[in-house]
Amino acid sequence: MSIVPAPLLRFYHRMASPPHFYSFTDKLLPWFVVIFVLLVVAGLYGGLYLAPTDYQQGDSYRIIYIHVPAAWMSLFIYVVMAISGAIGLIWRMKIADVVAISSAPIGASFTLIALVTGSLWGKPMWGTWWVWDARLTSELILLFLYLGVISLYGAIEDKRTASRAVSILALVGVVNIPIIHYSVEWWNTLHQGPTVAKMGKPSMHIDMLIPLLLMATAFKFYYAIAMMLAAKVELLSREQNSQWVKKIVEEKS
Amino acid sequence: MTPVKKQRLILILLMVAGIATAVTFALKAFNENLMYFFSTSEVVAGKAPEQAKFRLGGMVVEGSIERPGDGLMVRFVLTDYSKEVTVEYTGILPDLFREGQGIVTNGRLNKEQVFIAEEVLAKHDENYMPPEVADSLKKVALQQTIGQ
Repeated sequence: MSIVPAPLLRFYHRMASPPHFYSFTDKLLPWFVVIFVLLVVAGLYGGLYLAPTDYQQGDSYRIIYIHVPAAWMSLFIYVVMAISGAIGLIWRMKIADVVAISSAPIGASFTLIALVTGSLWGKPMWGTWWVWDARLTSELILLFLYLGVISLYGAIEDKRTASRAVSILALVGVVNIPIIHYSVEWWNTLHQGPTVAKMGKPSMHIDMLIPLLLMATAFKFYYAIAMMLAAKVELLSREQNSQWVKKIVEEKS
Repeated sequence: MTPVKKQRLILILLMVAGIATAVTFALKAFNENLMYFFSTSEVVAGKAPEQAKFRLGGMVVEGSIERPGDGLMVRFVLTDYSKEVTVEYTGILPDLFREGQGIVTNGRLNKEQVFIAEEVLAKHDENYMPPEVADSLKKVALQQTIGQ
């Protein structure tokens, strides 16, 4: 007897097979692109045009529609990377390893975007580009963790060994995630406290909040698209000697 | 789950738990150093360094901003709603600097316990709303104080 329902288990086992994963992402991708485009257009139109100006910051606050979703994604992708790394370590599942390493560059990019947009906003609002407070420093450490994962993977020749090393590094770094989230509550920081991701009502007007949530969802879909594209390439290069890859190459040529 | 997989799972959980405990203790030990600024109560209580530079954070008291000279020198009072500290600063203030706003300053205390700031940073709060909403909120607060 298993606690996991049978259809879910079946889905899991089928996704574990590389050719099935490959064709499944092929079917999923066009839908995800359509949903992403719709969400990002709605979110940007709502955020940059429809949303009212802020009572204190005027129009400068609108960078929030990039900064905050990017910062959320930097944490979200890291958790996905660590969990799939753990699955790869425990069950030796190839797809999980591929998902983990394909997520790293996307996560690193979102972290960089969050840091750069925050810095651009910080100069006029705070009066400085950068301060070494707990929130900014822990987010910078997250960027270094991502870069560490990417370079460790590149440094080891055998990709199965590399995946194991990378998964352990990702799991070690996962302690940083709650630190980033709670840094603004545990310590005095220059960075403000949470507006949306907190207990109780968000401290944001509803007309400003809806585009923000639209953008956050759009970024999630963007990540799924970018990750699946990268995972397909990674899978092809890892499985290049297998029958199903040869078949795809023959069909394409 | 086979015994081998179970063992790996337990090993990973132990590793993550171990690192989390180690980091928690390290952060607890460095708690003071991780604070970006001192509050005004801590400064009044003498917890801030006497000679060295440190950061002071607090709310700018309403009606406390004054410009004693012709220059850029500004004097204002910071509070954490319990103790107050007077701050003097010469220079350009950030956009968000205004009365009732949270700020962080960097500088040192002089002999008269006045904080001589070399840098003033505005600390934004977590509230976002259109100006009309902010106005009506202010009106409601005003009516409540009149009502009392």
